[in-house]
Amino acid sequence: MSAVTSGPLCRIAGVTHEYRGHIALDDLTLNLPTGRLVGLLGPDGVGKSTLLGLIAGAKKLQIGAIDVLGGPIDNLWHRRKICPAIAFMPQGLGRNLYAELSVRENLEFFSRLFGQGSEERDMRITTLLQATGLAAFADRPMGKLSGGMKQKLGLCCALIHDPKLLIMDEPTTGVDPLSRRQFWALIAAIREMNPELSVLVSTAYMEEAESFDWVVAMDAGRVLFEGSPDTLKGPAKELETAYRALQARGQPRPEPDTIATRKVETDPVITAQGLTRRFGDFTAVDNVAFSINRGEIFGFLGSNGCGKSTTMKMLAGLLPASAGEATLFGKPVDARNRDTRRQIGYMSQAFSLYGELTVLQNLELHARIFAIADRRDRINELMSRFGLEAHGDMLAAALPLGLKQRLSLAVAVIHRPRVLILDEPTSGVDPEARDTFWALLAELSRQEGATVFVSTHFMTEAERCDRVSFMHAGRVLAEGTPADLIAAENAESLEEAFIAVLEAAAPPEKVVAPQASLDEIDHRSGGSGARILAYARRETVEVLRDRVRLAFAFLGSAILMLVFCYGITLDIDELNFATLDLSQSPESRAYIEEFSGSRYFTPTPPLTTAADGRRRLISGDISLVIEFPPDFGRKLRAGEPTEVLATVDGAIPFKGETVEGYVAGLHQTFMNTLARNSGSHQPEIARIEPRFRYNQSFESIAAMAPAMPAILLIMLPAVLMAVSVARERELGSVINFYVTPTTRLEFLIGKQIPYIAIAFANFLLLAGMTIVVFDVPLKGDPVPLAIGALLYVWATTSYGLLIATMTSSQVAATFATAIASVVPTIQFSGLLQPVSTLELGAQTIGSLWPSSYFLHLNVGVFTKGLGWEALGPDILALACFGPVLTALAAMSLRAQEK
Amino acid sequence: MRWLSCIFWLGLKEVMSLRRDWVMMALLLWSFTLAPIMEATGVANSVNNASIAFADEDNSPLSRALAQAFFPPEFQPVVQIQPGSGPAQMDAGRFLFVVAVPPSFEKDLRAGRVPEIQVMIDATAMEQAGIGANYITSILGAEIRRFAVGTDLAAPPPVDVILRSAFNPNRDTVRFAGIVALIGQIMWLTTILTGAAMIREREHGTIEHLLAMPLTPFDVAVAKIWANAMVVLIAAALSLAFVMQGALGVTIAGSKVLFLLGTALFLFTATALGVFLATLARSMAQFALLVMLVVLPMLMLSGGETPIEGQPDWLQIGTLVLPSRHYMSASQAIVFKGAGVETVWPELLWMTLLGGALLAVSLLLFRRSVAQDR
Repeated sequence: MSAVTSGPLCRIAGVTHEYRGHIALDDLTLNLPTGRLVGLLGPDGVGKSTLLGLIAGAKKLQIGAIDVLGGPIDNLWHRRKICPAIAFMPQGLGRNLYAELSVRENLEFFSRLFGQGSEERDMRITTLLQATGLAAFADRPMGKLSGGMKQKLGLCCALIHDPKLLIMDEPTTGVDPLSRRQFWALIAAIREMNPELSVLVSTAYMEEAESFDWVVAMDAGRVLFEGSPDTLKGPAKELETAYRALQARGQPRPEPDTIATRKVETDPVITAQGLTRRFGDFTAVDNVAFSINRGEIFGFLGSNGCGKSTTMKMLAGLLPASAGEATLFGKPVDARNRDTRRQIGYMSQAFSLYGELTVLQNLELHARIFAIADRRDRINELMSRFGLEAHGDMLAAALPLGLKQRLSLAVAVIHRPRVLILDEPTSGVDPEARDTFWALLAELSRQEGATVFVSTHFMTEAERCDRVSFMHAGRVLAEGTPADLIAAENAESLEEAFIAVLEAAAPPEKVVAPQASLDEIDHRSGGSGARILAYARRETVEVLRDRVRLAFAFLGSAILMLVFCYGITLDIDELNFATLDLSQSPESRAYIEEFSGSRYFTPTPPLTTAADGRRRLISGDISLVIEFPPDFGRKLRAGEPTEVLATVDGAIPFKGETVEGYVAGLHQTFMNTLARNSGSHQPEIARIEPRFRYNQSFESIAAMAPAMPAILLIMLPAVLMAVSVARERELGSVINFYVTPTTRLEFLIGKQIPYIAIAFANFLLLAGMTIVVFDVPLKGDPVPLAIGALLYVWATTSYGLLIATMTSSQVAATFATAIASVVPTIQFSGLLQPVSTLELGAQTIGSLWPSSYFLHLNVGVFTKGLGWEALGPDILALACFGPVLTALAAMSLRAQEK
Repeated sequence: MRWLSCIFWLGLKEVMSLRRDWVMMALLLWSFTLAPIMEATGVANSVNNASIAFADEDNSPLSRALAQAFFPPEFQPVVQIQPGSGPAQMDAGRFLFVVAVPPSFEKDLRAGRVPEIQVMIDATAMEQAGIGANYITSILGAEIRRFAVGTDLAAPPPVDVILRSAFNPNRDTVRFAGIVALIGQIMWLTTILTGAAMIREREHGTIEHLLAMPLTPFDVAVAKIWANAMVVLIAAALSLAFVMQGALGVTIAGSKVLFLLGTALFLFTATALGVFLATLARSMAQFALLVMLVVLPMLMLSGGETPIEGQPDWLQIGTLVLPSRHYMSASQAIVFKGAGVETVWPELLWMTLLGGALLAVSLLLFRRSVAQDR
């Protein structure tokens, strides 16, 4: 271990990283010291996350070299060796955690990944939960935790294996100031306990960086500054100012105009009284009251999930209130009143314009919707005022974040609203762009008299508001001008005032560093098996708690089985037919009787003309017309050859041919009867005796019911499997596979085990339905069938894995897997066309497709009553697919992000 | 008027968004060109290249002539197998049909003893077994009769049946499969496009943005419906002209305009289904799973894959409420049989009523889900 801790923590030399032509890191060279708290500073999109991902080994290095803990990170052996010494908390609260799993289950999963024994696991989890104050919430699903709690859980999961290097990407974004302060206190306590621990963290809150040992300021993929925070700050009052100066390439910039807060006359435009919103048993907004005056900038300050957005949506008429009342211009907010909405400009939290439209098209669309008379002029005016002229034809998605926010604001004000409701308009935007944005807001408020209701979690922005309201856990804790609030709490800054108010409302728990005496514990390091089981156990819990996927797994197969078996029956009977009997003789009536009496045909009123017959064939009312010539009876009696004309509806080829077969058969029966009765003709010279094997009564269902599982047991398990892998990638939890000692095979097999079990349960369900619902008896030996089915679902889930490794989203995985499993099964496995009748090429493909063997096996056991001897080859063939496909999936799975 | 203009511009936005979504554009292109071509040309007559074996214990000129009577494309060349090995060979799935000719067949025939030929049929191959058995019986019968005519054993039959296949004299399967494939693609695409447009709006948060403007959930849904329906209708018309008539050489017996009118009416249903499923699904992935569970059965039971007459009676009544069944039946009548409005109006009326009802319910549900959401 000594080799690991000596020397710099991390050497970065000439690293460049690109995403589809966009440069995230630009020839970056940097050394980071060991045993320190190192911070990367900068707004969104400067390359912080990319750099942290590369250091953690989550991303694949493109150009340059990075040494971490004494060895190159792009060396697989070194990476596997140091993996247990690194912990990585990616950006986004709880992004690497599992929302359906409880707090304890999340921790248990991470503990198992690092092979801890149950005694060690319990000890560590208990210690961590107590230290972070999460013990009371151990059984709550992670998805239902508050932002601050998610962040603590993420930290616990990162610390469970005693890392030497803790990497955290923006751990405090969106968390309230009190939780943030507690978080840093916890980190400090942990570092005190464990001085060897190096912490590498990124943040967009410049003020946080003051307590770091070492800071690296970044901009546009380059390093602007590295050193101690004091050096960075220099003469500037705040780090943010210093950063801004650096960003401007050393040119000093004036401090932003602080908009003088001023007294606004009491003229309420927006009011709320006892406003409450409940979602189920959760109260998001609890009895909130305020009143905003004309022309005022009113700020809402609070963490993610404190109820800011919900309150704003209620005011914008997007969400009805559970209780209380909100008014706009003295009238109650009514979601159905379009005219009130004409007076509001609303900008929601995320950038919510159409990225696939250009700047101009976005403006145009909104101008059209509001039917603005002077559309052209208004758009031109806004374009120039918001500095968008140069970007008119750019796609909105391609704009930098700051411009996007400006475009959003331009769109929100296009109809000259008197009230602006802006929900966290500037999160993630760099300080420079935030200033521009606030300057525009001030202009709108001061010059046009617009009332602005804005929410934020930046203190610097809150300071620019005329009045501020502190919100926490659904309640408004305090309200007033920034100066009054600071004075009331006797604080130095607005942040301190907020923290004081929060502490008064909910006294924080004491922060203690987790202390565990693990010396006496047996450090049993579980191997591969333990990690596979950890994934399998977690996947099982997740899928059991996801109702849609569970319903798809079981109801889906049952419904499709019913539909396919009842829908694809090919037994056609009781077809309507009509006759055009120009002969009206006993002979023609006897002939008709032969048809009417059979189960295949049902007579309908006779026809009078040939045109009538054609008309009824066209309308689909009948499928067959039998026409007798006028001399039919006479000729037959005289022994002269005569004929019957049978016109069959051939529009549906299969149906037409089947009807022709029926006609030929009934004609023959008539001839035989005729011969027997008259005795004049020898009935036949040789008999041709068809024997329908396996399915004597020739019922569709006996063939169809055992054939359907072959397609259902490839489609559903493969889709579920592919979705589960793609989902992990889409939600971001796949990062745990990248940065923990999990190998590709462990990850894949662990995830696969629950789906093999689900698919096998599905097989039993389908087999049960075949016997009970469709009344098809099981004639053969069930043992080879069960073994074959297990091997088959192994193969089909592996196929899903393979496809998932090649697709990027859940939707793509679903459709690609569905098509790629259904099409070959229908074309080549013999489902509709038996394998023996396929062309050679198709037969070869069929022999490389698992469904061919399972189809033969299932139909063989159910309908043909075959045993081991005939089924052995199928089972042997099926046994090959699973391992080969899993191996292929492992080969094509990326072990790192691009 | 203002309302219509909003819906028009919102719908136009949908079309512009779709144009930039290259995944959906690729799906659209594939669905209306290569997919139906592959489906139409991949399906052969139900008896095609069938495997057949002879267990010939007679080995006479007649039995050898019988074995020579089977030709491609319906049959593969006859394989001679050991007498008695037929069942085992069929168990292994090597042959669909095994013809067993008994010893001294020709001698017995000449002596008028009415010998019997057995035809063993793998009755688990539903699509081939029945029709194939008819083929084999008639081929063997004709061959034996031809042999017998020379020996004075048989007289010409007293009544001959002349079979005529109306609307499709050459038993062409490409036309049928092509049109059914096109109809299937129309249904899949419309549902997926409309539903995906709804969910994308929700996932990107733009739906809130829209609803904060003087627009109702109804306007938003209607705009998406007309835009996506129009895109599919144009694609279907182009596919009908260039892919069906052009590439596949499908003849359309009836009026193309009438077919497109039927399609337009059916699009009410398909778009309504997209809106409905998008209301149920919480994410794009759930939507994808739901689409498969709903659209696949609607297509399977529409009468395109297998005839309606094959369904059990109770199901035939049940499928009357499926607009897809009426669409399929009207389209088949128009395209294959040249039916006009006077024939298909009941189907068109059914489609309008059912589609309209489904659309109304979906819009209601959508409005409720928007209100309850978040």
